[in-house]
Amino acid sequence: MSKHVISVKVENRFGVLARVAGLFSARGYNIDSLTVSETEDESISLMTIVVRGDDRIIEQVKKQLNKLIDTIKVIDHPAGSSVQRELALVKVNAQPQKRSEIYQIAEIFKAEIVDISKKTVTLEATGDPEKIDTIIELLRPYTIRELIRTGRVSLLKEKD
Amino acid sequence: MKGAEIIIECLKKEGVEYMFGYPGGVVIPIFHHIFNAPFTFILTRHEQGAVHAADGYARASGKVGVVIATSGPGATNLVTGIATANMDSVPLVCITGQVSTDLIGNDAFQEADITGITRSITKHNYLVQDVKDLARIIKEAFYIASTGRPGPVVIDVPVDISNADTEFVYPDKVDIRSYKPVYQGHPVQIARACRLIEQAKRPIVYAGGGVIISNASGELRDFVHKTGIPITTTLLGLGTFPETDPLSLQMLGMHGTYFANHAVHQSDLLIAVGARFDDRVTGKIDEFIPHAKVIHIDIDPASVSKNVKVDVPIVGDCRHVLAAMTKEVNPPEIGEWVAHIADMRDKHPLTYDDRDGVIKPQYVIEQIYELTKGDAVITTEVGQNQMWAAQFYTYTEPRSFISSGGLGTMGFGFPAAIGAQLARPDKRVIDIAGDGSIQMNIQELIVAVQHRLPVIIAILNNGFLGMVRQWQQLFFDRRYSNTCISFAPDFVKLAEAYGAAGIRVEQKTEVAPAIERALSITDRPIIIDFRVEREENVYPMVPRGKSVKETIMRELA
Repeated sequence: MSKHVISVKVENRFGVLARVAGLFSARGYNIDSLTVSETEDESISLMTIVVRGDDRIIEQVKKQLNKLIDTIKVIDHPAGSSVQRELALVKVNAQPQKRSEIYQIAEIFKAEIVDISKKTVTLEATGDPEKIDTIIELLRPYTIRELIRTGRVSLLKEKD
Repeated sequence: MKGAEIIIECLKKEGVEYMFGYPGGVVIPIFHHIFNAPFTFILTRHEQGAVHAADGYARASGKVGVVIATSGPGATNLVTGIATANMDSVPLVCITGQVSTDLIGNDAFQEADITGITRSITKHNYLVQDVKDLARIIKEAFYIASTGRPGPVVIDVPVDISNADTEFVYPDKVDIRSYKPVYQGHPVQIARACRLIEQAKRPIVYAGGGVIISNASGELRDFVHKTGIPITTTLLGLGTFPETDPLSLQMLGMHGTYFANHAVHQSDLLIAVGARFDDRVTGKIDEFIPHAKVIHIDIDPASVSKNVKVDVPIVGDCRHVLAAMTKEVNPPEIGEWVAHIADMRDKHPLTYDDRDGVIKPQYVIEQIYELTKGDAVITTEVGQNQMWAAQFYTYTEPRSFISSGGLGTMGFGFPAAIGAQLARPDKRVIDIAGDGSIQMNIQELIVAVQHRLPVIIAILNNGFLGMVRQWQQLFFDRRYSNTCISFAPDFVKLAEAYGAAGIRVEQKTEVAPAIERALSITDRPIIIDFRVEREENVYPMVPRGKSVKETIMRELA
């Protein structure tokens, strides 16, 4: 089952997130991630939803989202059509002798070191989700203590 | 003006005739103004009765049903009725009281998060947070409930909002940027559909409740008569096309006619109108229509291609789309097909084993049809009574059959009959009930007595929860686990205790006289306790998840 990115413009109102989340759970759709924030128009929120399913399920998801009274627009973001970004914070074990290796990985991926303790380093990585996946894989051997990802946000590319 | 008074003013502006409900702590300010409102308030004896009555009123009249209940238990008692209305696309506006805004979330006395609870069973819902929004919200609620694919809308009103003051301004029109239902079908799609119809050799029209909701029965009849295509309806589509017409194949589905189900199965083109391919209609989905292309006309895009692949989707209002199609389409040549269906009908009619000396439930339904000349409004409970009412009464008019189809709510029929009788004082309203279902909302009998509503409750009393017993007999080794309810009240005495009339019928020869006697009573409800054959089953039956080829036609010896 492939991953689809769907962008949903909704009224920026109390309870809308619960409606969208409830729709997914009530109908048994699998969400990989869901992000929501205000937009250039403060009366509108934009949700980026990553959902797994075949074409028929994705079609139903879009129709059901559209059916919500608070949904203004549902926009499909097929692969390659949008700019997608995600942010991750990774707290990794960093013994003194391993620390420079970790710094190197951070440098290659333009990740920032945002916190250091005697035993750990915390990195902030930003980029497309595949890049984040790679960094995490590279850091895994050092033992990841804690990991958090924002879930992806996605904007359609402008066509001239 | 106070919020509570604004609510009443809004309902007046919406032309509300009846409001159904039950008072309680946080809605006292609203009831204070209901006291001298110009509409009639129907005080039911349970909130569930109120919401089903409003539903019956809405289905019988085509208008919005209006309900009020208090917070907490009042609101949660509405839940089954709201879900019932949501499944069957019935327009309701339900006003619930809520604890005051400063207490919300505090587990306050009689607090329940009713907007949270009803989110997935309403078309939309509101928690009013500012009295300035109240009038706009009510206006929107009526608009959302009654347009597009209709449905229930809940407005949760905290008590401090009811008591707060603001200027009353009722908006003239509604503009919701995120809600714009589509009514006109796309002309290109309509043309494509017409071409498919013209080439079809074995087309069938499959019409559902959407046709009745959009008041498109006239347009449907024109379409069918112009094209000559045989038509079957769903349970909720009963009456949209006269079953007396030779082109009518009556109902399809699990307990549909043999000829409707087989015609659909053999068809090469299925024209679905305002129907949603429910599993009780399709049976085993892969074998439902192996040879057919599908045209699907529906106002709800989410219903299209949900369960079956659709070749020509037409999103729009049935009335507009059917009118446009009738204008454009040329009749297909389907003489052989129509003759083949007629032959199936002759060989496998809808029938039952009628005998002297016992009262068959089907016979009771037939007699009700005969003696009302088919002019009654029939409501049903859920189970065998519902299926026999669907099969053996002949429906010719839309809004003459009112039943909980999607949710299958036992206890719906009688309160719905009260609402229907209020909506249609010119008609006799008859609730076809089982001895199980009727006990679920029997408390509303006093409401029918109070308002002198001559609703007839025809109990097909077999001492069983019959439909479940039938499944136990056929699929669970006859282990009648908790379906025998012969330990029952005396329904005649019960009727009399409430001030209604009660008639018991134990002989077949008494059936018609009892119905006639009931029809002669016009100032109070009547219970007729028909003691029917105890283990009669509903046939034909396509077992759940099976195809029409596995239809059980009659009792196996």
